[in-house]
Amino acid sequence: MVQSLGFLKETPSQTAGPYVHIGCTPNFSGITGVYEADLGISMVNDQTFGERVTLRGRIFDGTGTPLRDALVEIWQADAKGLYNSPSEMRGTADANFSGWGRCPTDMETGEYIFETIKPGRVPYKDGRLMAPHVTLWIVARGINIGLQTRLYFADEEAANAEDPVLQRIEHRNRVPTLLARKDGSTYHFDIHLQGEKETVFFDI
Amino acid sequence: MSNRKPETGAFFQRDRQWHPPAYTPDYKTSVVRSPQRALLSLDSTLSEITGPVFGHSLLGELDDDLIHNFAKPGESAIGQRIIVHGRVVDERGVGVASALLEFWQANAGGRYRHKREGYLAPLDPNFGGCGRTITDEDGYYRFRTVKPGAYPWPNGVNDWRPAHIHFSVFGHGFAQRLITQMYFEGDPMIWQCPIVKSIPDKAAIEQLIAALDRQNTIPMDARAYKFDIVLRGRRSTLFENRLEGN
Ligand SMILES: [Fe+2]
Repeated sequence: MVQSLGFLKETPSQTAGPYVHIGCTPNFSGITGVYEADLGISMVNDQTFGERVTLRGRIFDGTGTPLRDALVEIWQADAKGLYNSPSEMRGTADANFSGWGRCPTDMETGEYIFETIKPGRVPYKDGRLMAPHVTLWIVARGINIGLQTRLYFADEEAANAEDPVLQRIEHRNRVPTLLARKDGSTYHFDIHLQGEKETVFFDI
Repeated sequence: MSNRKPETGAFFQRDRQWHPPAYTPDYKTSVVRSPQRALLSLDSTLSEITGPVFGHSLLGELDDDLIHNFAKPGESAIGQRIIVHGRVVDERGVGVASALLEFWQANAGGRYRHKREGYLAPLDPNFGGCGRTITDEDGYYRFRTVKPGAYPWPNGVNDWRPAHIHFSVFGHGFAQRLITQMYFEGDPMIWQCPIVKSIPDKAAIEQLIAALDRQNTIPMDARAYKFDIVLRGRRSTLFENRLEGN
């Protein structure tokens, strides 16, 4: 026998189910008067530093039907590439930018929308800069464990080309699944859970 | 936040054999919602090592009391009164301070307050079904609610969910983000549920079953259930060359 390492097992995930809105966005689901506002509905204010952008898109299942009961969360750096987190040791992030947002997909159209700013570049662990990106976390009925992916900005061609995470994608024809298309100040980013255009999801 | 220095290490690799796989055909909705290609596995970057942390000032007085947070003044939700409490730790056993927990559940009759809910059991006018709290410096939390009822759902012709409470948990890094469900000790329905059975390992399922806690039961008032939650652990940064130093 040897000494036990003593590690615990992570609590296993279970699907968020069809009623995730009750717990995470009760006002959206019609339960008012409990919380003043749903958490994560606003990421920016008038003082937030950086280029204002809108991120929007839909999540499609394997039949091409948009999910109307999903919940999307995003996490991103501020315009200077700093995270608004206690674990951020490189400096102090913009106090007027939360970095975290939460949006239920529309119950009719399936669309999610975030009003945010374009993030700055954040270093990879070896010091190379990652391209500007937003982390997405998706939960819904039928999704047994939250799906994590990244949104990159299609117009950041040079930065994307040297991004150490994008470089790790073996099948280069899948890289465009992570690129949001620019249209004015809006970036369109659809997510495909299955099929030809299946989005690259991360285990990270 | 606690007085402990924030940690900046990468997270332990997630044990994907312990979690349910994406594709679990007995839970039918997963069939077209499960990615089919391999996930891209990477060591955490700063984007996952960091994460939002919420302050206690976020919380309203009744956020952790589902018996009263939707009820009319002087009234309360119908059902068996319970306290749910426990500790949020990481895989190293270290308590996770300031972890935001959000929970939601059906009422005592098994009915959710939701537009898309069609079960014939009645709504309770005094029960909304949502609550939240933030762990203390050592990772402990508690809230008060009524025990949810079991309910039928369209999957098989006659599938029922065991009584459960949904939990959403934030740690300190976005890679710790977790949604799960808590079940109740002694419920035979647990072992008949296709969603529960999406988890392959019996010991992993047992990790989701809260124990009846008679020691913390409040006499003549509410029974207690204890539900501990484990989030991903982190490596020490001591011997790693990281930009932000140690
Ligand atoms: Fe449920």
